[in-house]
Amino acid sequence: MTWSDILRNAWDAIRNHKLRSMLTALGILIGIAAVVLTVGLGQGAQQKVSNQLAALGGNLLIVSPGSSTTGGVRGGFGSASTLTTADATALSATAAAPNIKAVAPVLSSTSESLVNGTTNWTTSVVGTTPSWLSVRGRTLSSGHFITAAEQASGAAVTVLASDTATELFGRRDPVGQSVTINSVSYEVVGVLTSAGSDSTTNLDDQAIVPLSTAAQRIIGGSTRNSVATIYIKATSQSKLSGAYQEATAILDYRHGITATGTADFSITTQQSVLTATSSVDSTLTTLLIGVAALSLIVGGIGVMNIMLVSVKERTREIGLRKALGGTPMVIRRQFLSEASMLGLTGGLLGVAVGVGGAKILPHFISNPIAISLPAIGIAIGTAIVIGVGFGVYPAARAAQLSPIDALRSE
Amino acid sequence: MASAGVAASLGVGTPSLGLPVIELDGVRKVYGNGQLEVEALKGITLSIAQGEYVAIMGPSGSGKSTLMHILGCLDVPTAGSYHLAGEDVSTMDEIDLAEARNRRIGFVFQQFNLLPSMTALRNVELPLSYAAMSRDKRRLLAQEALDRVGLGDRMNHKPGEMSGGQQQRVAVARALASNPALLLADEPTGNLDSTATDDVLALFHELHQQGRTVVLITHEADVAARAARVIRIRDGLVASDEVAAEVAR
Ligand SMILES: Nc1ncnc2c1ncn2[C@@H]1O[C@H](COP(=O)(O)OP(=O)(O)OP(=O)(O)O)[C@@H](O)[C@H]1O
Ligand SMILES: [Mg+2]
Repeated sequence: MTWSDILRNAWDAIRNHKLRSMLTALGILIGIAAVVLTVGLGQGAQQKVSNQLAALGGNLLIVSPGSSTTGGVRGGFGSASTLTTADATALSATAAAPNIKAVAPVLSSTSESLVNGTTNWTTSVVGTTPSWLSVRGRTLSSGHFITAAEQASGAAVTVLASDTATELFGRRDPVGQSVTINSVSYEVVGVLTSAGSDSTTNLDDQAIVPLSTAAQRIIGGSTRNSVATIYIKATSQSKLSGAYQEATAILDYRHGITATGTADFSITTQQSVLTATSSVDSTLTTLLIGVAALSLIVGGIGVMNIMLVSVKERTREIGLRKALGGTPMVIRRQFLSEASMLGLTGGLLGVAVGVGGAKILPHFISNPIAISLPAIGIAIGTAIVIGVGFGVYPAARAAQLSPIDALRSE
Repeated sequence: MASAGVAASLGVGTPSLGLPVIELDGVRKVYGNGQLEVEALKGITLSIAQGEYVAIMGPSGSGKSTLMHILGCLDVPTAGSYHLAGEDVSTMDEIDLAEARNRRIGFVFQQFNLLPSMTALRNVELPLSYAAMSRDKRRLLAQEALDRVGLGDRMNHKPGEMSGGQQQRVAVARALASNPALLLADEPTGNLDSTATDDVLALFHELHQQGRTVVLITHEADVAARAARVIRIRDGLVASDEVAAEVAR
């Protein structure tokens, strides 16, 4: 008997009991759908993180001021940041820090009103230096970025992010136009290319001004030397920890930090921030994996159960097939094929449900779900293996039946 | 007429026609073990030649079905030897036995034993599919066999759509299709009314006339009367073995 005959027989047997076969396949279906969704959820979270990393410019370290030191002894600036432009300058000295490629100190105000004639738009204003562009991995769609001369003179110029430019100027090119911030008129010198959003902010809605300008005219009130954040770009991804150590050493020295745990600044990597904020709820993942594993086992037992019933019910048929020349091997193959077909049917339907879920669920939960072909392949393979695995025993029972006992059964 | 007239006496066949298809020598069959042993066959010796039409008769429990299982290679004797078409069955393993059943023997059962979900054609094809035969050849042979039993126009009907007599004729077609050396029938008319019985017996008679070897187990004297030779079994032993004086048409 050829394989095509065996498979045809198996398929006929499954079709002869449509409802029973579907119910049996259902157990496998649920398990496989859960596997596809769980894997998709994990991969979706990973993809989201790496997309955001790419959007933010890789190899990035973020230096933030720590809480004020006890007793307010150091610095004496009250609530002002402990980081200064001088810190940024020291970090960018290549001799002391060969793993640091560029440094961008930043002062920002999250809510400033920008006015163009009658159009009014509230956004965040970021004061920084010319190196910001390469540190954050951004590009310009028109005009130029803040120059060293503009930074040195505290010029009233601004570079708008793409959404901000659209809000204020519509489809017109804003370069050469002016916007008013805090009743001072700024010339728009450039527009940033769109970069999407990270976990918390829209990267395409901000206005960039020279750091000196921001300190004098926008942030005000605090010392002109302090900055809110210093972004550090390492020379490469592999040099990130080297850059981290250099930055820590330099800032410890400059801030007179000797004991561990007393630093008035903290350095984080972009990766750690993102992984923390966007990782999938681990309870949900554990639950899904548990459901998947359990229902695959329950589904497998279902296959075995139905196959045992089928062998029992068809004892006479098995006897007849043996009498007509069916060898134990062929009989075993027929029942194994039936079991694996039940598994495969459940697997294929499970993948369909899983893929459907991956398309629909993200509309209701905040996590993206990736659909990966290797995961689907593995899921289908698993379904077949479960079918075969739980079909071995019933098939062996069928193969062992003696033809006369089987024929005599009623 | 008594074209296959065979002189048989004292339980040892001396066939005048062809080679022996069946040769049993001192065959015993014991069921069970320990205290519950049943000796169903107590030493059967007989020989059936090619082309014979033999009826095996005997009271209930005498061992007819047991004998048929051994003749059909569905079971092996506890002692004694059985040669099927010259081959010693006791040397065969399970796979050889399956092949012997497939190639050399065509079975007809009392309960027809057709698979209800398959058409007549596929039922007849079933033994051929176990013989690793191409699909086209299988189909052709199955159609021929169905034509021969007069059901060429019912090929695509399922057993449930046919009368008992028609079903049994499909079963005969299935037994014929692989052109076996031996047709074995256990009470083939046991579930049929008199008209259907006549049809099926006419079919056996025709096959016998065409030179087939037919062994038929039956209770009924008028069924046995159609055969050329009647072997009576009693208590697991051959009680008589005689050539019918005149075969009733
Ligand atoms: N599997 C078995 N286990 C134990 N004893 C058995 C088995 N099969 C048959 N026997 C016994 O062997 C003897 C012969 O049985 P067998 O079925 O061959 O009789 P039979 O001549 O075909 O009877 P019937 O005409 O009623 O079909 C009986 O006593 C029966 O009880
Ligand atoms: Mg019987």
